[in-house]
Amino acid sequence: MKVQINGEMRDFEAPMSVLQLLTVMNLPSQKIAVELNLEIVPKSAYHSQMVAASDRIEIVHFIGGG
Amino acid sequence: MNADSSKDDVLTIAGRRFSSRLIIGTGKYVDYAENAAAAEAAGAEIVTVAVRRINLSDPSAPMLIDYIDPKKYTFLPNTAGCFTGEDAVRTLRLAREAGGWSLVKLEVLGDEKTLYPNMPETLRSAELLVKEGFDVMVYCSDDPIMAKQLEDIGCCAIMPLAAPIGSGLGVQNPINIRMIIEQSKVPVLVDAGVGTASDAAIAMELGCDGVLMNTAIAEAKNPVLMAQAMRHAVIAGRQAYLAGRMAKRLYADPSSPLAGLI
Repeated sequence: MKVQINGEMRDFEAPMSVLQLLTVMNLPSQKIAVELNLEIVPKSAYHSQMVAASDRIEIVHFIGGG
Repeated sequence: MNADSSKDDVLTIAGRRFSSRLIIGTGKYVDYAENAAAAEAAGAEIVTVAVRRINLSDPSAPMLIDYIDPKKYTFLPNTAGCFTGEDAVRTLRLAREAGGWSLVKLEVLGDEKTLYPNMPETLRSAELLVKEGFDVMVYCSDDPIMAKQLEDIGCCAIMPLAAPIGSGLGVQNPINIRMIIEQSKVPVLVDAGVGTASDAAIAMELGCDGVLMNTAIAEAKNPVLMAQAMRHAVIAGRQAYLAGRMAKRLYADPSSPLAGLI
């Protein structure tokens, strides 16, 4: 299935949870926040929230700023 | 009041107590290590941070929180780069999930050349965020009427600019800053425009509850030394404000008594 992450199209094997997606992409789940189709995914739901084809996902973290 | 009373002088923002009145930004540093050293030297307890997309192609790139410990510093996520209330709310919801804080810095800019705040949109955003349960520290113009409206909406700190962001021009508007301080029941912090230590001291002598700065430290030739200078300046300005300065006179007044002259 194709999903859009941070504006880039990526291909993954379905089915897949948010936690599995983060693991596959080697992203530190404790240091980030995830938005799925404009809705926040709470950290507690990473394992239960499934990702579907054509989903739009944003993965953010804190960087330097004023 | 005696000299020791300043030790109990704490800054309270939305129920959180801080002993440092200097908030520093984390942008424009050469690297996160220098940034961490500056935060330490500044004695800061709050640092502002931005929320951005993670680098998918290099997940091992250095991350801010590996250098500046969120357990040691209160992270104040900002809305830099947001131009509408909806953008600001979306960004800060993500920030709250990333860090679990409700204390945030709202800044809605209106123009890329001046980086002046878009006040109608700032007011609208503040309303949305307060309704969502955020504790909103708000970057704003130095207009006392705007500041009052932001306080009425429920912002927990009013943060007018001293001069444009990154300009280093110092406090250009002491009258307005003073008016805002006198009318406000929540803390007032100068945010933006400070260039050097004396600027920070002037802001504090006016009665500001704190100062927020980024470029003045990050773009100094020696950022860590400047961070230390700012720490002293903020403390000195605060103590001078609490001490109450002498009255100004037009002519001289001798310091040595004239009586008993030989």
